[in-house]
Amino acid sequence: MINVIIDGKKIQVEEGTTILKAAEKLDIKIPTLCYHPLIEPYAACRVCLVEATLKGKTDLVTSCNTRVVEGMEIQTASPRVLQSRRLNVEMLLARAPAAEPVQRLAKEMGIDKPRFPIRDPQEKCILCGLCVRACEQVVGACAISFVDRGIERKVMPPFGEPSAACIGCTACAHFCPTGAITYEDKYGRKVIHSELYLGPSTAIRVPIRQAVPMVPFIDEEACIHFKTGQCKLCTKVCERQAINHEMEDEVVEVEVGSIILATGFKLFDARRIPAYGYGRLPNVITALEFEHLVNASGPTGGKILLANGEKPRAVGIVHCVGSRDENYNEYCSRVCCMYSLKFAHLIKEKVPEAEIYDFYIDMRCFGKGYEEFYHRLLEEGTKFIRGRVAEITDLALTKEEEGKLVIRVEDTLLGVVRRIPVDMVILATGLEPSLDHNQIAKTFNISCSQDMFFLERHPKLAPVSSFSDGIFLAGCCQGPKDIPDTVAQAGGAAAEALALADKGAFALEPVTAEISEELCSGCQICVGLCPFNAITYDREKDISIVNDALCKGCGTCVAACPSGAAQQKHFRDKQIMAEIEGILLL
Amino acid sequence: MSNTSFEPRLVGFLCNWCSYTGADLAGTARMVYAPNIRIIRVMCSGRVDPQFVLKAFREGADGVLISGCHPGDCHYQEGNYKALRRYKLLLRLLDQLGIEKERCRLVWVSASEGARFQQIVNEFTEQIRRLGPLNFKFDGGSHE
Repeated sequence: MINVIIDGKKIQVEEGTTILKAAEKLDIKIPTLCYHPLIEPYAACRVCLVEATLKGKTDLVTSCNTRVVEGMEIQTASPRVLQSRRLNVEMLLARAPAAEPVQRLAKEMGIDKPRFPIRDPQEKCILCGLCVRACEQVVGACAISFVDRGIERKVMPPFGEPSAACIGCTACAHFCPTGAITYEDKYGRKVIHSELYLGPSTAIRVPIRQAVPMVPFIDEEACIHFKTGQCKLCTKVCERQAINHEMEDEVVEVEVGSIILATGFKLFDARRIPAYGYGRLPNVITALEFEHLVNASGPTGGKILLANGEKPRAVGIVHCVGSRDENYNEYCSRVCCMYSLKFAHLIKEKVPEAEIYDFYIDMRCFGKGYEEFYHRLLEEGTKFIRGRVAEITDLALTKEEEGKLVIRVEDTLLGVVRRIPVDMVILATGLEPSLDHNQIAKTFNISCSQDMFFLERHPKLAPVSSFSDGIFLAGCCQGPKDIPDTVAQAGGAAAEALALADKGAFALEPVTAEISEELCSGCQICVGLCPFNAITYDREKDISIVNDALCKGCGTCVAACPSGAAQQKHFRDKQIMAEIEGILLL
Repeated sequence: MSNTSFEPRLVGFLCNWCSYTGADLAGTARMVYAPNIRIIRVMCSGRVDPQFVLKAFREGADGVLISGCHPGDCHYQEGNYKALRRYKLLLRLLDQLGIEKERCRLVWVSASEGARFQQIVNEFTEQIRRLGPLNFKFDGGSHE
């Protein structure tokens, strides 16, 4: 430990500590510009000057990169320090008059106008090089550097051209203390819509606000470390040392007694209906994107805005996109009507002056309190138009349609084809089986119904069981359903699984095969046929024996047995023969 | 008996997991199909012994339908493939006996394909109706 005195106060600090850090511990504030705790100090701005006295010799040093020495005495605000600092700030102000932190410092020091000539009143860069060091040390891209000398000195990529080494991480802009480096969003807009980048803002983040477990993860696609092998700033700031960049996906084998499948659904891709213009017309968005938009933690902070940042004056909500349509999915997705009504209500709440049109085939308000909600919306003035939307276009036929999205629809209640100009269209996309449902069905040996959702064992008597024992279904993997239904089904599935575990014993189907000792000739045809290795050959007795616990009762061995020694309980040859005789009597 | 009034008698061997459930679905969905088929449930199409088919013909069936899960979907991994193997051999045997091959059919119907089951039964019934009754002279010896 090293003893130093700062402004008359004694302190003990570890060896290698800089004066700036030591002063920080004493709550003594030293102004800085080019200092950043995560980057090696470089002492470019020279604002952090202090007076250090060692062995009777006093010197002006930069506190950010000077390490303390035993017995050092430091003055952070002596007249000499203040004067030198003032001069430095004055020179910085002359160089970068538009830089806000410099202006602030100058104001604090009572500098109105620098005595030195100003070259560029718009200049913000103080040439501290923090950006250059960030790009090199943190990002590891080395895309920018100082070029030229003297008054021509500036920061730029090689030859002032867009650099191939730049990975577009914008770290330089984030580290710049004066805001001299700025960056544009991809489309130069703050509003984030479907055509724009709806993705996350940082590489390390919590997936969603409601995530369980509430733990951040690293997005490898966006993380600088996985691009350049450097950065790892997050590990430096994480006090608990919880971040591990070396972690990899792993396959974990777990032995369980029962399995509940809750693999969910995927949304219908609205691009499959080209007439609706999704992906082509910027203000045609899907329900999920609207949900994102209207969320208080979303890109617009919960404001309902168009792609150009304006408030919509008319919004159309199109029901049954990809549902109840022979061309896509014949079934009703169940949830769209109600969430569309919710959207209409939200829009009315947030943009009261907006007109809302709901285009529906049938209103399916099937649950508790749902019909009442529909009536509330009718009273709120949402315009309900019964008819399937034919087309959404930006082609204006009249003056008032210009710059708007026009919804072409047959109003089946009025019996006329209408053109309705709106600013924003929300497509209530339906629910579809998840992308890998085939793979899942194969893995768990369960069946799919016609619409490719997983098939329950019985629609009424076993609605959460599958055809495989011990495998239960919950939620939208079994069919489209809303949250209350999903919760109810999931509870049922959990109870079924628990009941199975509680019993501790498992009831086998009694239809297993058996082989008569007297009749078996030991030919072993059955041994090779059994898919479950339930039949073994007893060499001593020269017969085949069925293991009851392994036999699942398919009966393929029985069908193949040439001597009739193998029989399946409840499906004996005799029984089936009698059955054939019986049904053909009439 | 004129051909128009001939009602074929069909026997269907349906596997418990796919086809029987599919047929059940057709029933619960109130799909109407030819009432000519009489269904026997087996756990797996692999349980269908070729003898069952011959027995059915002997007892007066005009056609036999064997139905299992789609390839790869078998509840017992590969019972339907075993059924397919036996079916191919059985067809050769039927041919040698002088029974039209068309009278025995092996199809795949999954648990969700009630409509497919309906369609298959209707088609098969029509096909057998066109073939006419099975005029096979058994030698009179009794089974077993």
